[in-house]
Amino acid sequence: MATAPNKTAPVSKSSQQGSVYLPLIAGWLVPGAGHFLLRKWWRGGLLFASIACMFALGMAMGGKLYSGAQDILDLLGMLGDLGNGLMFFISHFMGIGAQHVRVTTADYGTKFIVVAGLLNVVAAVDAHNLRTGRKA
Amino acid sequence: MLQLSHFTTVLLFALFASTVFGITMRETPRRMFRYGTYCFALFVGSVIVFSWIMKFISP
Repeated sequence: MATAPNKTAPVSKSSQQGSVYLPLIAGWLVPGAGHFLLRKWWRGGLLFASIACMFALGMAMGGKLYSGAQDILDLLGMLGDLGNGLMFFISHFMGIGAQHVRVTTADYGTKFIVVAGLLNVVAAVDAHNLRTGRKA
Repeated sequence: MLQLSHFTTVLLFALFASTVFGITMRETPRRMFRYGTYCFALFVGSVIVFSWIMKFISP
């Protein structure tokens, strides 16, 4: 199968090195933003929709937002939540998210929030790989 | 508070996770779609299989 020729202008080595982590950081802060920076519009849109919906559903189900590390499980949960980037920080500072899990669906919601963060990290690393040329 | 059934929750979880897996683990759109569909089927299929197993081994 023939592939489309690469029409992008060559980028200088110094500017490549300067911005090589930008898609990674942008993708972490806002889901799909790393792909948007690389003009992968539909990939970024689908990633944003999937991760943001998962986070929002977790919140709507009354999921717990880990904000402290009292024990190792809380610490791991907070690390997962931190993967959500700005969504986590905004929710944390606005006081959104349950402090305690009281019903079963809230426990599902907690897992949704953690997994959304982990998937966002995977998406951000994918944007970094696209930027470095490790992935097409 | 949103109250979803267990199976609806599983379907939503599988849909979102499979979408991200498909996009990030494969390179061409066709292979992304196929891998995403494969992951979705594995998520939902394994839930159904393990649910039946738990039904039979539960006292």
